[in-house]
Amino acid sequence: MTRTIDTRATLSYIGSILKYLSAAMLVPLLVGAVYGEDAWVFAASMAIGVAVGAALERLDPDPDLGPREGLAVVALAWLAAAVLGAVPYVLAGYGTASALGHPVNALFESTSGFTTTGATALAEISFDRHSHAVLMWRQLTQWLGGMGIIVLMIAILPELAVNGAQLMRSEAPGPELQKLTPRIAETARALWVIYVGFTAALIVVLYALHLGGLAPNMDLYNAIAHGFSTLPTGGFSPEADSIGAFSPVVQWTFVPFMVLAGVNFALFWYVLRDEARELFGNTEFRVYVGAVALLSAVLAAALFRGGAPPTELGGVTAGVPENALRQGVFQIASLLNSTGFATANFARWETHTQFLLLFAMFVGGSAGSTGGGIKVIRWLILFKTLRRELYTTANPDVVRPVRLGGEVVDEEVIRGILVFTLLYFLVFAFSAVFIELDTTRAGAPLTGIEALAASLATIGNIGPGLGPLGPFGTYEWLPDTTKLLMVVLMWLGRLEIVPVLAVFISAVDDR
Amino acid sequence: MHVVIVGAGEVGTSIAASLAPDHEVVVVDVDPDRAEQLKYELDVLTIAGDGTTSGIQTAANVGDADMVIACTDDDRTNLVTCGTAKTLGDGFTIARVKSTEYLRTWEGTERAFGVDFMVCTDLLTAQNIVRVIGLPAAVDVDPFASGLVQMAEFEIDAESPVAGQTVSEADRFESLTFVGIFRDGEMIIPRGDTPIGAGDRAVVIGSPESVHSFANDVAPDTTPDRADEIVIVGGSEIGYQTARLLEEREFTPRLIERDGDRARTLAEELPNTVVMEHDATDTEFLSREHVDESDIVVAALGSDEQNLLVSVLAKRLGADRVIAVVDSPDYVTVFEEIGIDIAINPRTVTAEEITRFTYESIAENIAVLENDQAEVLELELTEGCRFAGRTIAELVDEIDARFVIGAITRNHALVTPRGDTVLEPGDHVVLLVDSDAVSEIASMA
Repeated sequence: MTRTIDTRATLSYIGSILKYLSAAMLVPLLVGAVYGEDAWVFAASMAIGVAVGAALERLDPDPDLGPREGLAVVALAWLAAAVLGAVPYVLAGYGTASALGHPVNALFESTSGFTTTGATALAEISFDRHSHAVLMWRQLTQWLGGMGIIVLMIAILPELAVNGAQLMRSEAPGPELQKLTPRIAETARALWVIYVGFTAALIVVLYALHLGGLAPNMDLYNAIAHGFSTLPTGGFSPEADSIGAFSPVVQWTFVPFMVLAGVNFALFWYVLRDEARELFGNTEFRVYVGAVALLSAVLAAALFRGGAPPTELGGVTAGVPENALRQGVFQIASLLNSTGFATANFARWETHTQFLLLFAMFVGGSAGSTGGGIKVIRWLILFKTLRRELYTTANPDVVRPVRLGGEVVDEEVIRGILVFTLLYFLVFAFSAVFIELDTTRAGAPLTGIEALAASLATIGNIGPGLGPLGPFGTYEWLPDTTKLLMVVLMWLGRLEIVPVLAVFISAVDDR
Repeated sequence: MHVVIVGAGEVGTSIAASLAPDHEVVVVDVDPDRAEQLKYELDVLTIAGDGTTSGIQTAANVGDADMVIACTDDDRTNLVTCGTAKTLGDGFTIARVKSTEYLRTWEGTERAFGVDFMVCTDLLTAQNIVRVIGLPAAVDVDPFASGLVQMAEFEIDAESPVAGQTVSEADRFESLTFVGIFRDGEMIIPRGDTPIGAGDRAVVIGSPESVHSFANDVAPDTTPDRADEIVIVGGSEIGYQTARLLEEREFTPRLIERDGDRARTLAEELPNTVVMEHDATDTEFLSREHVDESDIVVAALGSDEQNLLVSVLAKRLGADRVIAVVDSPDYVTVFEEIGIDIAINPRTVTAEEITRFTYESIAENIAVLENDQAEVLELELTEGCRFAGRTIAELVDEIDARFVIGAITRNHALVTPRGDTVLEPGDHVVLLVDSDAVSEIASMA
């Protein structure tokens, strides 16, 4: 028995995934055809994707996946998707004023999209620089990545479903995979149906607001574009001012959908089956909603007292209750679960309000949501485990399992959570140091808090950082080395570090 | 009545012994020596062989049996035995099981496994322990008439305020009746002027509240409340069920289990119990954990020797009350003689529970007292029976057998029995009867 990874089988799977993922380019192709721009870019990219995918598939016509290959498929599929997504950017941007002509920027933008980070390498977001088709592809990558590429493939490709549960576990956010139905493909389909349903609902609501005259600039294009990036907790917007470009009514409309995107989608499945108490009785859901409410209230109070200068977009918040509340709630709802939309340039806020935002960024969404970060359930289990460890230090004979919502948490799961959280903090800290050193070397140093925020915004798949990397800023000017590190950070963050590192470690140690 | 008993262990033998005088009993056991031996010990027919097979069951004439009791040590054997019996005839089947899982399944679906009545040994024992914990001074407690009536047996020690009083002085409670006093192993039928002495065991029947109040009189210091420290030693099935039942009653017991994996499982199953992983025979550990200050210690380890050791240790350290599970019925008296407050034998508990089903349908519930000297019965009076329409005073005069009526329930309400109380058909009568007169009294109802 060979202990090395079956490269041909792995690549063959990646090939299938690439082939089918290329089909998604039909959407920007259609947009390009409607607006009469860049349609050829997507036709060419699609041809490249299908050709490469089909070629890889031929390496092993009947691939068989073991656990190691499974991890490798998940890890590499996301990298392959990012590369595929960068192809149209380079084709469209090459030779134009667009920053996307540079392959590193294109890869950064594509990775940021698929991992639903929302950090942009575009120097200027406008239809003068970029076609409607390219900006729609940018939104679509987030939507495809949100519920998970692997989950999507399992839902539509029967041959993947055989190893589906194992693959999905590596991709699913959170400590455990929740199987809703005996067949994994049905679970994957159920999750996608819910995801599509919420997306459609948001698009309809946004467009209805436009038709009702409440949102003048929320046309059909914008409604679809924002629908594609809200539910996956993405954060890209074809508007340079993000959600700040829209009226307060639209801003309030986004809040519940952003909050929903950070909830475990499996819980909605129970609600559809008339088991609503599964949602409202769920500990993680309650803590998540509670955290959003609490932090929103604190931030709104801080803004009301004057936590943000009045010159910034979003207007005066000090002493204006509605604005302070809206800015507070929106920013927390957006940053806590890693969406990354903004209605105000918090990069220019006072330090204490920025610290509140940084704190919120550490929370993350729920397990089984599209949100990034450490995740609420891990925090809960961590705190309960710490409490247990402190108690048993004083009472060494007591056997005390960690319980969450009445259910006992497996010690194996606890260990996994400890490993993940430690890795998360290590990668976060080392990357912050690297970013600080690298930007200084390039002659454009970030401040300490900005470097920390940049590291956190990318590994946490959040998007906007602080300072020049703020919600209305750009990552374009960073040195290429830093941008490539961030590509890796976003990739690690989306797959929750362990599958990616496990593939590398096992490859190195088996040598 | 034709009764087939499969399994001639302690439970089976004990049931056979109490049925043999009045019924036609066939005992089946896999062990030929055991079958042979029993043939001479008891007046029963014995068959050696596998009681789950229809061949052996046909030989035991299960087809015509009124009752089939499966009481081997193995759950599955007992279930299959009942299943097979149902294919041959329509006798009432009783199965003894250890696993509460089977009990749950059976409770959920009537007639599952072809079992008409299921007795779960460990659960019954745990229920018994918890009842005894609830009434600290009681040696034995049993519910009757769907819980409206309780029977309790108290040991009167020298410090008890009741010691030295007469029955009429001690019985200050409206709905409580003294039905028996055991002194030096002899049963006395109490009268108003019967004195109660230290060392006596008094049996009372009445409403749960009055029994509880009487318990307070007998032992004012030991009535438990939620804050009381209860320590269960040993995470056996009985230990687990005891902790679970105590949790249901809002106690927060501590449970000591030596095996790490078992301790973990218990801790997972029992959210309100503090589970400790340690060897309970380690005295240093016991005093470190202040077991000496605990109010109640339950010894539920795997073997009698270990339970004895732990009980003695706990007693010596100063635990208030020690309740021990004793597997071998012969040791029950030994345990109680060396100062263990209560010794509970799971097999006796099981045999009692099964025996109560063997009395003809009128006897609904039964408790066996003091090594089978007396039994407490619950009878439902039928139209035109010998009890109906008579006062209690008349009945006591007419009937020669030794019995005391402890409580009557009529239309689900308690009626306190007095000499002039007239019994009616439909009444549930809870009474203490001398063992020799049980069938005689039961047949009168």
